[in-house]
Amino acid sequence: MYTLPSKLKLFSIVLMVLGLAGIIFGFMTTPKTIDDVKKILAEEEAHHGVDHAEDTANFIDIARGEEGYSGAAMEHATDLSAEGHGASSHEEHVLHQLQTRPWSATFVAAFFFMMIALGVLVFYAIQFASQAGWSPVLYRVMEGITSYLLPGSIIVFVLVIFAGEHFYPWQNADLVAEDKILQGKAGYLNFPFFIIRAAIYLLGWNIYRYYSRKNSLAQAEANNFDHYRKNFKASVFFLIFFLLTEATMAWDWFMSMTPHWYSTLFAWYVFATMFVSSITVIALVTIHLKSKGLLSFVSDRHLHDLAKYMFAFSIFWTYLWFSQFMLIWYSNIPEEVTYFIIRIQEYQGLFFGMLILNFVFPMLVLMNSDFKKVPWFVVIAAVFILVGHYIDVFLLVMPSTVGHNWGFGIPEIAALLFFAGLFIMVVGNGLGKVSLRPKNDPFIKESENYHF
Amino acid sequence: MSSHYEAPIREPLVLGEKSYQDISADVAAPVLGKANKSWWIVFTIALIAFLWGLGCIIYTVSTGIGVWGLNKTVGWAWDITNFVWWVGIGHAGTLISAVLLLFRQKWRMAVNRSAEAMTIFAVVQAGLFPIIHMGRPWLAYWVLPIPNQFGSLWVNFNSPLLWDVFAISTYLSISLVFWWTGLLPDFAMIRDKTKSPFQKKIYGILSFGWSGRVKDWQRFEEVSLVLAGLATPLVLSVHTIVSFDFATSVVPGWHSTIYPPYFVAGAIFSGFAMVQTLLIIMRKVSNLENYITIVHIEYMNKVILLTGGIVTVAYATEYFVMWYSGVPYEDYTYLSYGAATGPYWWAFWALIICNFVVPMTLWVKKYRRNIIWTFIVALIINIGMWFERFNIIVVNITKDRLTSSWTMFQPTFVDIGTFVGTIGFFFVLFLLYARTFPVIAQAEVKTILKSSGEKFKNLRAKHGND
Repeated sequence: MYTLPSKLKLFSIVLMVLGLAGIIFGFMTTPKTIDDVKKILAEEEAHHGVDHAEDTANFIDIARGEEGYSGAAMEHATDLSAEGHGASSHEEHVLHQLQTRPWSATFVAAFFFMMIALGVLVFYAIQFASQAGWSPVLYRVMEGITSYLLPGSIIVFVLVIFAGEHFYPWQNADLVAEDKILQGKAGYLNFPFFIIRAAIYLLGWNIYRYYSRKNSLAQAEANNFDHYRKNFKASVFFLIFFLLTEATMAWDWFMSMTPHWYSTLFAWYVFATMFVSSITVIALVTIHLKSKGLLSFVSDRHLHDLAKYMFAFSIFWTYLWFSQFMLIWYSNIPEEVTYFIIRIQEYQGLFFGMLILNFVFPMLVLMNSDFKKVPWFVVIAAVFILVGHYIDVFLLVMPSTVGHNWGFGIPEIAALLFFAGLFIMVVGNGLGKVSLRPKNDPFIKESENYHF
Repeated sequence: MSSHYEAPIREPLVLGEKSYQDISADVAAPVLGKANKSWWIVFTIALIAFLWGLGCIIYTVSTGIGVWGLNKTVGWAWDITNFVWWVGIGHAGTLISAVLLLFRQKWRMAVNRSAEAMTIFAVVQAGLFPIIHMGRPWLAYWVLPIPNQFGSLWVNFNSPLLWDVFAISTYLSISLVFWWTGLLPDFAMIRDKTKSPFQKKIYGILSFGWSGRVKDWQRFEEVSLVLAGLATPLVLSVHTIVSFDFATSVVPGWHSTIYPPYFVAGAIFSGFAMVQTLLIIMRKVSNLENYITIVHIEYMNKVILLTGGIVTVAYATEYFVMWYSGVPYEDYTYLSYGAATGPYWWAFWALIICNFVVPMTLWVKKYRRNIIWTFIVALIINIGMWFERFNIIVVNITKDRLTSSWTMFQPTFVDIGTFVGTIGFFFVLFLLYARTFPVIAQAEVKTILKSSGEKFKNLRAKHGND
């Protein structure tokens, strides 16, 4: 039986308190009026002297050979908000983006941790559906992590519902009234349907989590495999449900932040980020518990397998990242390229840096078979991967909501701290409720004896 | 490599009271024996189809591409449809041998050899089309970046058609090496078993003097793992590159970022369907029902369900985003309302019924384990996946941006004849293979006999499963 060490508990509480204070601070200090914005802009000008945006604008112009192209594309990508479109002034647009920043910062961190729990749930379901023989020893670990799904998904649900026009310009009736494209999409992008869909995701995912955990615990007491069989069936249905809702979730919560833009691969790309991060967290939690001596039945072979999955899905993520990027870059259709223009122009370091973190480093660190069995090596790779995929979620959200008025300061760090604290607390408690050793699973013995 | 303990809940993968020797004997039997009459009949039919196809190809090359049904709008039709179809079929072989090896799926051992053979023969058929669909195929060597007397005129590396050249040729060579490496112990088995001096000579050469020492086996396994690790990204990238032929364009319907993973899923879907089609017959005629069991067929049906599900979600995504994009041109693409009701409505619905509706029946365990039904579904999927490629290629370009260039496509007998010819060629190769190669990787099956064989599972059940 695991109990969250008191030091870790204290640590997570400190994180949450600090984080919450920072988040509140972030919301309190956004500029309220246009005058505030003017002051900020004047200050910035005094500091920099030159207009930074115009400086980088040339990058795309040179590549495309069209003067002013990037400026127009930027306008298109970031000004699709009530204020931007009807643009009474540049300041008003900046005001909107600055007010959005704490929302986005909170959402990025909230989604990042929620998607980890959700991804672990998917991985868990796959283990059942594929009748995996190596992983049953890790069922309790996975169930512990997915205990974060309920609080995490409720927070994300609340955020997407209340963020309103901060995230989703299509929720602005005035804007839709003068935008033919948005009117065409109103059958899908309308507020009531948006809430209904979000509620369906929330319910579906959490019901499976609750049901499978219940069966999994009941199996430990049973002397036949009925509960296992129920879980097997439930997993298959959950995976179908997830495959469908994951796609609509990605369209709803992320793609519709820039409602003119579309990409068919987008949903699966979001899934790749989710999946690789969650496998990484399984590995981290396993290493932590093993270092406490609580998982004597988990060998370095199991770690080796987890590390292989981290390695493989890092490459898979890169594959989807490249496919989406290259296809849009190659055909260079104006409606589509705006998405990448703003990311390359305003977020260049992060945009290409995440490729190093998410692909190059895991590839180099985890290629060697022996390294995959060494806990601290896996931890190093895990840090790269998690930081990289946090950046990935950051890049899904920020360029679409706050445009070039982004930063990495108190609101972002505070949100990260708060949700990290909450995650540690909830997962720690979730792991602690029952014995970490699953019993009576039909494959548990195979899993305990597992070597290759 | 494989665990020594196996959960009793798992179904046996080798049926009957088989010993190591029985496995060798069963696998070697078709090679050592004589072909029967029905083999000759089928072989003759395949050969005739092949020769007919060869005639069509020679006619095309010597007369001109104009003998096909292509027109100015539709520059790609059956040629590239067949190309993508064949490449797609080839993917299951690598999936079974490489991906399932990485996932330590023991059931792959009974089917991997034939699946890999199928890969190689299918890629050979696919490889014909990029050459014969050229207007000047005798200049095909210009696609290679070789120094030359034109001031070293090189190729442009920006074209996905050039990437295809590298992808397909690499794929064929790696698959061939992977397949042959696995064959060494099995060729050696035939070499040691045969009484005929001629066969002994041939299989002695083919088996490269394999003697099965410990060191050889260690390296053999290491090589297999490394090749599997390389072949897995290869299999994903090859069909990805094939999908780039369309997705990099600006043609509505072709330009879609989901194409890379969607094509790969479709390739596995169609490839597994073809494996089912071939193995269901092979297990019968070669008396291999104890090795390719109903469990194998069910597992393959599950893979078909999975990949079919992924493909279906991709269809839904394409359909949705077509609408969501708000681009008027997107309404005539292969998965759109316009396609469902337009002149190619039958192709649209053939796609939906063959690839979505009919495979759905496999969700029912009774149908999934029904061999006849599996065979029918597999055939239907093969047809459906041909339609998918036809729709992607032809339907999308018949109604492009300018209404003045809208048109229809009508194949000629040469289009059809060439396709029939490749099917004939494929079966010529496969039938020859089935009589001369050990069609089951007996060396691998022997490694799982004691953990997953029915006899040994029963023995263990009697003694308390430890």
